[in-house]
Amino acid sequence: MFKILKKEVLAPKTILMETYAPLIAKKAEPGQFIVIRVNEKGERIPLTIADFNREQGTITMVFQEIGKTTNLLGTKNVGDAISDILGPLGNPTETDRYGTVVTIGGGVGIAPVYPLSRKLKSLGNKVISIIGYRSKDFVFWEERMRSSSDELLIATNDGSYGAKGFVTDVLKNLIDKGTHIDRIYAIGPAIMMKAVADLTREYKIKTIVSLNSLMVCGMGMCGACRITVGGETKFTCADGPDFDAHLVNFDELMKRLNTYKKEEKISFEKWKEEVGYGA
Amino acid sequence: MGLKKKSVPMREQPPEVRKHNFLEVPLGYNKEEAILEAQRCLQCPTHPCIDGCPVHINIPRFIKAIKEDDLQKAIDIIHESNLLPAITGRVCPQEDQCQAVCVMGNVGDPVSIGRLERYVADWELEKRKKGEVSLPPKMPPKNKKVAIIGSGPAGLSCAADLAKMGYDVTIFEGFHKTGGVLTYGIPEFRLPKWIVEEEKKFFEQLGVKFQTDVLIGRTLTIKDLFNEKFEAVFIGVGAGLPRFMHIPGENLDNIYSANEFLTRVNLMKAYKFPEYDTPIKVGKRVAVIGGGNVAMDAARTALRLGAEHVYLIYRRSRKEMPAREEEIEHAEQEGIEFMLLTNPIRYIGDENGFVKQAECIKMKLGEEDASGRRRPIPIEGSEFKLDIDQVIVAIGTTPNPIVPKTTEGLKTGRHGTIWVDENLQTSVKGVFAGGDIVTGAATVITAMGAGRKAAASIDKYLKGEL
Ligand SMILES: Cc1cc2nc3c(=O)[nH]c(=O)nc-3n(C[C@H](O)[C@H](O)[C@H](O)COP(=O)(O)OP(=O)(O)OC[C@H]3O[C@@H](n4cnc5c(N)ncnc54)[C@H](O)[C@@H]3O)c2cc1C
Ligand SMILES: Cc1cc2nc3c(=O)[nH]c(=O)nc-3n(C[C@H](O)[C@H](O)[C@H](O)COP(=O)(O)OP(=O)(O)OC[C@H]3O[C@@H](n4cnc5c(N)ncnc54)[C@H](O)[C@@H]3O)c2cc1C
Repeated sequence: MFKILKKEVLAPKTILMETYAPLIAKKAEPGQFIVIRVNEKGERIPLTIADFNREQGTITMVFQEIGKTTNLLGTKNVGDAISDILGPLGNPTETDRYGTVVTIGGGVGIAPVYPLSRKLKSLGNKVISIIGYRSKDFVFWEERMRSSSDELLIATNDGSYGAKGFVTDVLKNLIDKGTHIDRIYAIGPAIMMKAVADLTREYKIKTIVSLNSLMVCGMGMCGACRITVGGETKFTCADGPDFDAHLVNFDELMKRLNTYKKEEKISFEKWKEEVGYGA
Repeated sequence: MGLKKKSVPMREQPPEVRKHNFLEVPLGYNKEEAILEAQRCLQCPTHPCIDGCPVHINIPRFIKAIKEDDLQKAIDIIHESNLLPAITGRVCPQEDQCQAVCVMGNVGDPVSIGRLERYVADWELEKRKKGEVSLPPKMPPKNKKVAIIGSGPAGLSCAADLAKMGYDVTIFEGFHKTGGVLTYGIPEFRLPKWIVEEEKKFFEQLGVKFQTDVLIGRTLTIKDLFNEKFEAVFIGVGAGLPRFMHIPGENLDNIYSANEFLTRVNLMKAYKFPEYDTPIKVGKRVAVIGGGNVAMDAARTALRLGAEHVYLIYRRSRKEMPAREEEIEHAEQEGIEFMLLTNPIRYIGDENGFVKQAECIKMKLGEEDASGRRRPIPIEGSEFKLDIDQVIVAIGTTPNPIVPKTTEGLKTGRHGTIWVDENLQTSVKGVFAGGDIVTGAATVITAMGAGRKAAASIDKYLKGEL
């Protein structure tokens, strides 16, 4: 059992939770993830390690309430416990001193972009961050992001805060202005990462994405998270989660993410009825 | 009393009934049946069965005890060599081991040793349920810590022996549940999960500690374990990596590795969705690729979930199938449709990315290959398309690379298996290994045998005798 030490609602349906997991905190590196199971009848879901504190033995996750499991997790409070947390899984994000680096976060993907930007900056890179939200109401961690980047650019879909549009619009502006970029990292919804990849492919800017495939085991034993990268089958959990964006077959990834649409709905509806959700 | 050539049959759920449920198929012997079967044992002086058993259970003696209806004595005899008889009695390929060499086999059916083993073990499990546990004798504590990686049959049996010798043993398991393939792979209808749970409790009573959610190589390394004052380590991490055929369309939706399919159903209990949260797709026309036990388990599971047609596609003929005869028969009785001498060459999807057809090719058998089986050769021009909506790929597994990759100096063999010497010690001092990670995918009982052998070596090592 893993105790919840802190809970914070960052924005609508966006929750931060800190749990006591000393073994994981000791080994975690930016880019790695955990697999959690909320309770005995729960499914295993992957979440990125958004932050960790080795001294206090804690890890932080930031998640979006979208279906049954993330909503169920959202009902847990400080003092409650999560049945299982396995990690740290996957390979740490490769970082080095590249020169000018752009880090892009979309929605809940901003959480893992924060420690990554911090690390890139500490390595001596010039870090330009682009973060995108649905609207002003959804903005979180603006200050943290500002402190970990040399330049922070914000976009909202409806223009209620920052530039109107998608992170790719902001990125395109940046490129068109003649900004020299050595490397890009993008974390967010698959469709956003695909859009970034399509844009930067044209300009031949090395781009790394962190994929969010469906997963079961998280340790390479089931193959649920397999995707095609550069024509070869890879497992997101064991070979990733970071991949060269220009080699990822995003259409396949997005189709695979939809495999259980029907079942997810059944599960969520049943849960909402049981807990009287929204009533 | 003359020789009884025929063995006493075991009652089973009829195929028409069982193909709609996840309850166990064979129902076990009752007392009368067990004694009748036990009486068929000749108690021959050569007892080849003992050598036929990878862990050398004293088979004639425990059968004699059954005949005398002294089941406590019978279980004590079995426990001397095997602490998991309720499991091995169900899943061992006895027909290739103890029963293959039984003298009775020369005149009729061999004695049904597996069924008798199960009978004794089930009697003891019933007793345990009532709280009557008889633990095997334990030596006084040695105050030395040993770490076991992986809670499959290899790790479990190694842990039990070391605990009996007085060592302080902790098993580290990556999954949230222990048991390895016994828990995530072999289906409920062949090995009820309450039995695996019950055995875990028994091991805890023996003093074995379990730590789940720890993936060695990620959460902790072998080096960390030594820093934590473990003095020896046993690696029993199995061969759990699924193989794919790498043919076009293999990543379409509704195409699973057998590991994923069985893990969802067995470990995550997807067959009880939505009571349990993990979903599984229920195909109407399911293709299972492969001809081993895993393929049979996947096919029979798909049927129980509600498939209308389950095609078992295998590239050689029935004779070459590596699955146990009993499993093949059970699958046939339940209506699994065998498509032999056939191989898929690509999958075709619909507009949403779900598989809708498998293109297959007919095969013929050529010369014998290295495995001694005739090599399958595609017949040109015999391609055909099969309408299906789900595929389960069961063409084998390979060793898990996480531990070798994260342990400096650990030597591996050709297929990623861990190299060991005759004492099962690896190239790293104090680190031992056994089971599927050393042999490649094998059997429960060979993994258990390796675990026991490693325990003996670890004992010697810690006494400075190795
Ligand atoms: C390596 C990795 C790291 C991740 N890190 C985070 C994180 O830090 N924060 C976070 O909020 N989410 C993260 N995800 C996604 C997260 O696992 C899913 O949001 C979660 O499993 C949804 O579960 P659910 O039962 O609430 O929703 P479901 O009912 O299962 O799904 C609802 C909707 O979400 C989509 N969905 C389901 N699973 C995923 C998924 N794995 N990725 C993307 N969409 C999905 C479905 O297609 C569906 O439309 C990560 C995924 C991976 C693979
Ligand atoms: C579907 C199926 C059906 C089978 N049917 C039969 C049968 O009828 N009869 C028979 O005799 N054999 C059968 N087998 C084969 C048999 O189950 C295996 O040979 C046996 O389980 C091997 O035991 P093991 O202890 O070596 O490994 P496993 O049982 O594979 O256990 C290894 C354990 O280690 C864990 N692990 C892996 N890596 C790590 C790590 N880094 N850190 C921590 N833990 C880790 C795994 O999660 C797993 O729990 C079957 C196999 C399958 C897949």
